[in-house]
Amino acid sequence: MSIVTARIPGQRRRGLRQVWQKHPSVVIGAAMLTVTVLAAVAAPWLGTIDPQAIAPFNRLEAPGAQFWFGGDLVGRDVYSRTVYGARVSLAVGAGVVVGGLSLGLAVGLLSGFVRWIDQLFMRVMDGLMAIPSILLAVALISLTGASLQNIVIAISIAEVPRVARLVRSVVLSLKEQPYVEAAITSGTSFVRILWRHILPNTVAPLVVQGTYIFASAILTEAILSFIGAGTPPSTPSWGNIIAEGRTVFSLAPHIVLFPGLALSFTVLGVNLLGDGLRDIFDPRFVSRK
Amino acid sequence: MLTTILRRLLATIPVMAIVAVIVFSLLYLTPGDPAAVLAGEQATTADIERLRTSLGLDEPYLVRFGQWLSGVVQGDLGTSIFSRRPVMDLIVQRLEPTIALSVASLAIAVLIAVPLGVVAAWRSGGIIDRLAMSFAVLGFSLPVFVLSYLLIALISVELKWLPVQGYVPIAYGFGPFARHLVLPAMSLGIVNAALIARITRTTMLEVLHQDYIRTARAKGLSVRRVLVRHALKNAAVPIVTVIGISFALLISGVVVTETVFNIPGLGRLTVDAILRRDYPVIQGVILVFSATYVIVNLLVDLSYRLFDPRIRA
Repeated sequence: MSIVTARIPGQRRRGLRQVWQKHPSVVIGAAMLTVTVLAAVAAPWLGTIDPQAIAPFNRLEAPGAQFWFGGDLVGRDVYSRTVYGARVSLAVGAGVVVGGLSLGLAVGLLSGFVRWIDQLFMRVMDGLMAIPSILLAVALISLTGASLQNIVIAISIAEVPRVARLVRSVVLSLKEQPYVEAAITSGTSFVRILWRHILPNTVAPLVVQGTYIFASAILTEAILSFIGAGTPPSTPSWGNIIAEGRTVFSLAPHIVLFPGLALSFTVLGVNLLGDGLRDIFDPRFVSRK
Repeated sequence: MLTTILRRLLATIPVMAIVAVIVFSLLYLTPGDPAAVLAGEQATTADIERLRTSLGLDEPYLVRFGQWLSGVVQGDLGTSIFSRRPVMDLIVQRLEPTIALSVASLAIAVLIAVPLGVVAAWRSGGIIDRLAMSFAVLGFSLPVFVLSYLLIALISVELKWLPVQGYVPIAYGFGPFARHLVLPAMSLGIVNAALIARITRTTMLEVLHQDYIRTARAKGLSVRRVLVRHALKNAAVPIVTVIGISFALLISGVVVTETVFNIPGLGRLTVDAILRRDYPVIQGVILVFSATYVIVNLLVDLSYRLFDPRIRA
C-alpha cells in the first residue's frame, strides 16, 4: 500500500532554493550581475587609485602585485580603469533599458490602438529595423557629438522597433480576448482597460526583453567606444580601454584582455538572467527534456 | 516564380524609401547644429558655413531631399568631405574585403551551428547538448573583439600559425588571401554560430516530436537520413530566418572585426569616416548596408518556397 502525498503547488513557498533547483541560470546570472554592480558602486574602496592618474614608470607594465592588471600605454592603472569602467557600462545599460522600453511601449501602445498611427509607425519601424543598429548609433553620435547622454539616446532609438513590435502584438492579441471585449462593451474607460488589462500583460515580455536590451546596450557601447564613436576618452569605459590597448596588443595583451573579460562576464551574466526569466515567464520555451 | 521575385523586389521599395528618408532626415532631426559638430572644435565660423553649404543644410529640406534622392537612385551617394571623392567610388573600392569576410564568416557560422544544433536536439539533455548550449550562451555573450583578441593571442602571437592582421586581395593568390582571412572569419563566425545553433536546436526539438519522425524511424530509415531529410528539412524555415536576422549581427561584427584585424573594407571605411567626421561617407555606408540587409532578407523569404512547398507568397 502506498501513501499518496498530495502536493498543492501554491502551498510550497517558492524560496531561493527552489528557484536554484528549477532555474539555476537566473541565480547564476543575477549573482554575476551583482558582482559587477557592487564593483561599480564600491569602486573607490576596492583598492583602486585615480583611474586617470599617469605614472610613466608603469607604462605597459605587466600585471603584478602592485598593479594587478598592469599599466596601460601612458602608465595608468588598468585595474582601476576596469573597475571604474563598470560604471559607464551599467549606466548606459540602465539608461537604454529605461529609454528604449518607455519609447517602445509608447509607440507600441499607440500602434496597437490607433489604426492610422499603426500604418505610419510600423512602416517607420520597418525602415529603422533595416538599418543596422550600430550604424544608426554611429550616425546619430557623429551628428550630435560623443557624450554619455547622446550614446544612451542613440542606442535607445535603435532598440525601439523591437520593443514597439512586441508591445503592439501583445495589444492586438489582447484586444481579441473576450474579457477585454467585455470590458469595452460594458463601457469601461480606456485608461482603466489599459491599466487593468493591457499593461499587466506586457510586464513579463518587457522584463525579458529588457534584460536582452541591457546586454546588447552594454555591448553596443563597448563597440562604439572601441571604434571611436562612443564614450569620450576622458572617461574610462571598457571599450575605450580596449581601443587604447589595441595598438600595443602583442606587447601588452593585458590592457585588452582584462576589460574584455569584465565585459564578457557582465554580458554573460545578464544573458543568463534573461534566459532564466524567459523560462519562468514563458513555460513554452522550457526544453522538453 | 519570376513574377513572384519581381513582385517581392518591388515590395522592398517602400522599406528602402523609408530607410532613405530616415538616413537623410537625421541631419535635420538631430538637435543642435550638425554642421558645427561635424566641423569639429577648432573650426572657424567660415569653415562651418562652408560645410553647411556643401551638405546642403542651407537649402529647404524638401528641395535638398529631392536632389539627394535623385542622386542616390542614379548611384551618386554624394562627395566625401575629407577626400573630396565620390562616396560611391570609396565604397566600391572597399567592397571586396567586406564581401570576403562576410561570406566566409557566414559559411563558418552555418557549418558550425547547424550540425551542432541538430546533434544537440537529437541527444537533448545529454552531454553534447549541454556543451553545445553552454557554447551558445558563451558565444552570444562574447563580444567579437574580445574573441578576436583571444584568437590572435593564441594562434598568431603564441603559436605563430597565422598572420596577426592585414588583408591580401584574392587576386594576389588564394593562399595568402585565405591565411589572412581565417582568423577574422572565425571570430565573426563563432559569435554568429551561437544564435543559429540555439534556434536550430529549438526547432529540431519541436520537429523531432512529430509523428512522421517516429514513422520514419519505425520503417527502418537510418538516424542520419531521418535527421537530415525528414527533420532538418522541416526545421529549415526558422533556421533560414534566423540566418537572415543574424546578418544584422554580422554587419556590426564586420565593422569591429575589420578594425581589429586592420582589414581595408567598408567597416574600416566607416571607422575612418567617424574619426574624420565625414558624414556623407557614413550616410553612404548605412544605405549600402541597409539595402544589403533588406535584399538578404528578401532572399530568405524567397527560399522558404524551396523548403516548404506549402508556402506560396
